[in-house]
Amino acid sequence: MIRIECPICGLRNETEFTYGEDATITRPAMDEQDSQAWLEYVFYRDNPRGWHKEYWHHVQGCRQWLVLERNTLTHEIGSCTLARDAEPGPLEKPEAAE
Amino acid sequence: MKRLASGGRIDRNRPLSVSFDGKKLAAFHGDTLSSAMLASGVSLAGRSFKYHRPRGIFSAGVEEPGALVHLREGNRHEPNARATVTEVFDGLISTSQNAWPNLRLDVGVVNDLLSPFLSAGFYYKTFIGPFRHSTKFWMMCETFIRRAAGMGRATVLEDPDHYEKRNAFCDVLVIGAGVAGLSAALAAGRMGAQVILVEQDFALGGALLSDPVGGSGDDWLARVRGELEDMANVRILTRTTAFGAYDGDTYALIERVSDHLEAPENHQVRQRYWLVHTKRTVMATGAIERPLVFGGNDKPGVMLASAAQTYLNRFAVLAGQNIVVATNNDSAYAAAAGFARAGCTVTVADMRPEVNPEIAALLEGTGASMLPGYGVLEAKGGKHVTTAVLTPIDKNGRAAGATKSVPTDLIAVSGGWAPAVHLWSQRFGKPVFDEASSAFVAVEDPHCTLQPAGIAAAAASLGDVIVQGFDHGTKAAKAAGAVGDAGDTPETFASGPFWQANHSTLWATFDAKGKCRGKAFVDFQHDVKVTDIDQAYLEGFVSVEHLKRYTTLGMATDQGKLANINALSRMADLRGKDIPDVGTTTFRPPFTPISMGSIAGHEHGRHFQPTRVSPIHHWHLDNGAKMIEAGAWMRPWYYPGKGEDLNKAYIREAAHVREHVGMVDVSTLGKIAVQGPDAAEFLNRIYVNGWKTLQVGRIRYGVMLREDGIVMDDGATARLGEHDYFMSTTTANAARVLAFAEKLLQTDWKDLKVHVTSVTDQWATIAVAGPKSRALLAKVSDADVSKEALPNNHFTKAGIGGIEVRIHRMSYSGELAFEVYVPAGFGRHVWEVLYSFGKAFNLRPYGTESMGALRIEKGHVAGPELDGRTTLKDLGLTGFASEKKPFVGSILLKRPVLENPERPVLVGLEIDGETGAKPGSLLFHKTGETKGHGDGWVSSATYSPALGKNIAMGLLKNGKTRMGEEIRVVNFVGNEELSAKVVSHHFFDPEGERQNA
Repeated sequence: MIRIECPICGLRNETEFTYGEDATITRPAMDEQDSQAWLEYVFYRDNPRGWHKEYWHHVQGCRQWLVLERNTLTHEIGSCTLARDAEPGPLEKPEAAE
Repeated sequence: MKRLASGGRIDRNRPLSVSFDGKKLAAFHGDTLSSAMLASGVSLAGRSFKYHRPRGIFSAGVEEPGALVHLREGNRHEPNARATVTEVFDGLISTSQNAWPNLRLDVGVVNDLLSPFLSAGFYYKTFIGPFRHSTKFWMMCETFIRRAAGMGRATVLEDPDHYEKRNAFCDVLVIGAGVAGLSAALAAGRMGAQVILVEQDFALGGALLSDPVGGSGDDWLARVRGELEDMANVRILTRTTAFGAYDGDTYALIERVSDHLEAPENHQVRQRYWLVHTKRTVMATGAIERPLVFGGNDKPGVMLASAAQTYLNRFAVLAGQNIVVATNNDSAYAAAAGFARAGCTVTVADMRPEVNPEIAALLEGTGASMLPGYGVLEAKGGKHVTTAVLTPIDKNGRAAGATKSVPTDLIAVSGGWAPAVHLWSQRFGKPVFDEASSAFVAVEDPHCTLQPAGIAAAAASLGDVIVQGFDHGTKAAKAAGAVGDAGDTPETFASGPFWQANHSTLWATFDAKGKCRGKAFVDFQHDVKVTDIDQAYLEGFVSVEHLKRYTTLGMATDQGKLANINALSRMADLRGKDIPDVGTTTFRPPFTPISMGSIAGHEHGRHFQPTRVSPIHHWHLDNGAKMIEAGAWMRPWYYPGKGEDLNKAYIREAAHVREHVGMVDVSTLGKIAVQGPDAAEFLNRIYVNGWKTLQVGRIRYGVMLREDGIVMDDGATARLGEHDYFMSTTTANAARVLAFAEKLLQTDWKDLKVHVTSVTDQWATIAVAGPKSRALLAKVSDADVSKEALPNNHFTKAGIGGIEVRIHRMSYSGELAFEVYVPAGFGRHVWEVLYSFGKAFNLRPYGTESMGALRIEKGHVAGPELDGRTTLKDLGLTGFASEKKPFVGSILLKRPVLENPERPVLVGLEIDGETGAKPGSLLFHKTGETKGHGDGWVSSATYSPALGKNIAMGLLKNGKTRMGEEIRVVNFVGNEELSAKVVSHHFFDPEGERQNA
């Protein structure tokens, strides 16, 4: 049972949340015409071993989308921030390079 | 085998009525089923999984591989119960399993004779071997193999009992209430921490309960237990197993609340599933004794030495009279001395050539004899051991000298001990091999939130067990924030020899050539022999994970609790490596078997998920509607008239709407309030069509795509005010659309000032459809609903029955139609007002089935067409997409694969004949093979009263160019083939004149 510290609701069980997707990717601008950019946004994913950044939705709580740092190897949970406050782009922790 | 006249921890004043296979057992309160069986002379407990060999009671605990039985009858019947942990109760009926016609005369024993063909991997080999080109013969054989191999028989009756789940929070979770666990709980409790102490047995004490009654251990136990029971901050859970360790320091427990009773009393649950969230955990789970391997070591009458000792001291039962104690370590000497003092003839065959004189001295004056450097080569006997063949052995465990045959009825074996590190391993990885104790132990890590203590950490003496437990309890409480004083460590007391010292790594006795005599088992429950491991090795399955899967070793309900180390020892020998280099398999939850009921809890039947009902739900029930589940919703399916079935009712309802007026409850539609200054821009991005021009008071139909260009959902959105839109979605996609909108607004479109809120539950929605609908609404409401005042795709505020509502002019049925939006609390009231005024207009309610028929006649797409595979083009909706603006999916919509002209597209089908097509049927060319996936499929089908024929919608390759073509509709499930004509899916009133009336 992963437990997630929601910035709004506090420490809650994983069962209140749903996993969204990889949070290191950035959506192209609405007027982006290059189909490759959209293909990469929708379909191309890394499968990192170690720390990773993910979108989770507190669907049975405050309904906020969160950016959660999770270690895919150990299931450790790192920082959890509101998606609207999070910096877009890849994880900056050095472990991500492992 | 007999019950002693005195002693034991049973209540002789409370005899209980207990039976096994019809035989009445001499059982007392405090017995387990296995102790009652042994006390009554029952040693044959079951038949083995594969070879149907007679199996007895091998242990006295959770590791039991042989004594698996059926408990109870009728709907409380339970298979695969371990007799060794089954607490007896008055009226307990138990029976043997996996034997036919009965336990003593089991015909499946023929498998034992066939064993050369049933060795490791036989299943896989048979599958690919002689029957390579046809699996039919194999499938037939498999039926019989599956029937012969196996465990207990489950009941097909519904479980009458209740199960519940609860969460609990604590500072320190202590698992196991033996000496180490009690010491840990005592320290943490004294410091003021919130403690949960879990014990799988029905009594606290652990191994102390297997010591003779009245010893100094009993005093120690009474003192500590008393102090713990007086602490308000310590919760003690007996009959509770911690079976799983999970992320976030979450532990899953099963409390067997009522399993020791014939049936739960006073509305209690049978079992309770606890999810414990803790800060720190002390794992004081003790150790499990290892068996020794020799020929016939699976026969009834071979038992773990510690188990025989438990039966003697805890249950006052002698499991044998002429006892051979076979050991490779010191721990069995206390047991041997105990048996001898109880009047048994005892021979100790110690595989070690030298025995510490202090240990040997334990036998002095008891009459027990000792044979150092001897092993058991073979156990002889039919349904019970009669003779132990002993042999002097060399340093490799091979026979080296003349054998001795000793008449015996019990061979008590001890191959050392394996600390129960399962819970640690479940969470933190593979245990490491500790040379000093020749056992797998947890990796030492002082920062770990789970700390093993006592025997589970291979403690070297009883004093160490107490100190370790107390110390870990103190540290855990401190780490959890407790600040109290732990006080003095409890003093140690006199006890028997510990296993850890002087343990020999010899684990099997071989003949002079290095082979076991007869069948020598490593895994008793899955019938894995030493030779099966040898075979796996020869065939290259040398890694422990391969070994496990190839031989099924360690896979049964006991999960290799007895088998693992001996199997690893054999593989290490074969590979010429040490055990640490061979490694061990990973432990996974559950530690011991748990019931399905406890996992389900209350979440079954109607409570499997919440049921959603519309505000008008009870009117439907009161008026005889047949209801149908739609996701979590209950919806009115049809309203049967007298003698009507589904078909008659929906055809009548649909025809009625086209002729008069009907109303249907569509409150389940998803409704989302989209509010904010950028709401129009948001809609413009999320829908394929444009929204900037929609005026207040107007409604527009929209389609939205997924990011990958596939159609996600459709629905109408009304502009209620300058910055206030009211979006509707399909019933099925409401949650998904909301989550998607929230994601976009909170991540990528943060610049948009828009808020989305689900208002599905705030509004009841009633669709009023039919040529007379306007006349009805004109009568019942105070609004002007004339053609001029309220054209299509407009809405107006109105009062109906004193309630302010909104009337949207929208049509799904293709008739002149309106949707009435009512505040949810007044939904039924407004429905009833409409119904009452409607009588003058011949108004009838209609259900989802006729609603579906009407929309298929019109060719409107719904869930079956929006199946996550279809594009705008496939569905003929391309015209809605704006070319002037980007929208979600607008680029990937143009992927070549989605623009392929051969993709199946939406068509109508007129079905020949009376039966109608089944959705999911495949479409095939009129001639040619009926093979593969055909040219497309039927998505929705109905009888059309308006057309007087069966019609369907479907997706057909090159459908646009095939109008008028005769095709075949094939339902492989029902083995039906129909012919059909391809037509436009706008079957009825294609110009839309009726809805514009």
